[in-house]
Amino acid sequence: MSASRVLVLHLGLLAGLFALQFVLPAYHHGNLARIMVLAAYAVGYNILFGYTGLLSLGHALFFAAGMYGMALMIQHGGASPAPALLAGVLAGAVVSGLLALLALRTTGVAFMIVTLMFAQAGYLTILYFADWTRGDEGFVIQQAQRVLWGIDLSQPTARYFAAWALFSLVFLISLWLVRRPFGRTLIAIRENEERVRMLGYDTFAHKLGAMVISGTISAGAGAAYGLLFGYAGASFASVQYSIFPLLWVLLGGAGTVLGPFVGTLFMFYLIDLSSGITSAYMLIAGVVLVLLTLFAPQGLVGELRKRIFRGLP
Amino acid sequence: MTLLSTRGLSKSFDGLQAVTDVSFEVAKGDIHALIGPNGAGKTTLVGMICGRVAPSAGQVIFDGQDITDLPAHRRIMLGMAYTFQITSIFPGLDVAENVALAARRRHPAGDVAKAVAKALTQVGLAPYTEETAGNLSYGHQRLLEIAMGLVQQPRLLILDEPTQGLSEGEIAGFKTLVRDLKSETTLLLIEHNMSVVMETADRVSVLNAGEILAEGTPAEIRANAAVQAAYLGTSDA
Repeated sequence: MSASRVLVLHLGLLAGLFALQFVLPAYHHGNLARIMVLAAYAVGYNILFGYTGLLSLGHALFFAAGMYGMALMIQHGGASPAPALLAGVLAGAVVSGLLALLALRTTGVAFMIVTLMFAQAGYLTILYFADWTRGDEGFVIQQAQRVLWGIDLSQPTARYFAAWALFSLVFLISLWLVRRPFGRTLIAIRENEERVRMLGYDTFAHKLGAMVISGTISAGAGAAYGLLFGYAGASFASVQYSIFPLLWVLLGGAGTVLGPFVGTLFMFYLIDLSSGITSAYMLIAGVVLVLLTLFAPQGLVGELRKRIFRGLP
Repeated sequence: MTLLSTRGLSKSFDGLQAVTDVSFEVAKGDIHALIGPNGAGKTTLVGMICGRVAPSAGQVIFDGQDITDLPAHRRIMLGMAYTFQITSIFPGLDVAENVALAARRRHPAGDVAKAVAKALTQVGLAPYTEETAGNLSYGHQRLLEIAMGLVQQPRLLILDEPTQGLSEGEIAGFKTLVRDLKSETTLLLIEHNMSVVMETADRVSVLNAGEILAEGTPAEIRANAAVQAAYLGTSDA
């Protein structure tokens, strides 16, 4: 697939998402804003899992680092949204860098366990400092505290636009990154790490870079989520929020730029629609997931790439 | 002039002595073959030279610099290139990208495509540039390995059993390629195939049971009684 067609396809998605806000009914308008922020999280996860081949079970730590980095700055630091968002992103960069230094000494299952344990430790830390974080209950970020550069982010239109801007930014970063030599080296590490090392690359430094980029994007999504939807709670640091991006990326297509969004959209509406039919909606969702894993093991976009768009990044 | 030398290089794995006190030298511009029966420690020795295996004792000196403590990727950047005994390519990526990954460490971004095309032409894989590497025949995958080594323009190219599993015709082509490379680089060739060794090498080192058994020109090695004994198992050596 030629570079210009790739660009048209990916920019087309962003243009389509931008245009949709003018036609969608309020309910789906709100959903899509939420999906775009969560998809930004999935894009971050995909850098490490899909492109570098490292399966982390601890990304909720980064998502929560961003969310609490932002929310605590507003709640206790009295900061305005812009510096608070920056604090969230920085918190994610620092936390992912530190965890990377420890966790990257392991591979495979051990890496999964180490990331999982540190994320659990992070979750417990949030509960432990309940005086600041209000523990399980979390805290609401008031409407007055969510005005960024004069734009009230609690308003649906502004919120949609902010979510779109965030998603566009990380989506384009991801598209750019995986076509750069650095991103191509990450893909090569996924395919055959020892060979990459014996071509003269410092694979540890590359994996460290991937994990920090992945964690920082995840933290950006976490910070934006808290700010746009006005709430920070410990449940976002729970293991569930480490599993979600894994599922979204797997369903959409690991190692594709479009996959994280497609997977997040699909999963969100799968649960939304099936819960409208029956209270046992997780059963329907589960069956569909099993079928997809059986018949589209590379995810939706992964199958598209295999069958139609060869060379899709 | 010596490009690579080892001094008293040894490796034991949990008490099993794989390589014992090996000191040998590879002269610049030579095709130096390292031969020996199965289990003689060839791959372990080469692993210590290129940094995949940490030695228990001894030193590796490359171009006058002690590189014993350098990690593998730093040694590669000093001008070593290593091709794996068991084909180790990126099967999911296309042929050009496989070679480009090797080239990017050596060439400025603008020259990568040209260097890749040149290396692929040199090994005869130019028609397969856009093929997925995993779909290549076994022989072609071996050639791809060599192209990945060549494109780095190494000062020392280490080929670990490059002709293993190749057909007679492919081996003949390989001999020609190796002779052509002699003008460009120094080669350390770990090889089982005696016709390849005898027809291409300038010097031969024979490793047996982890120790250097003999060293010399191909003709000297062929005539060496101890070498014959090691290979044929005669006891009257």
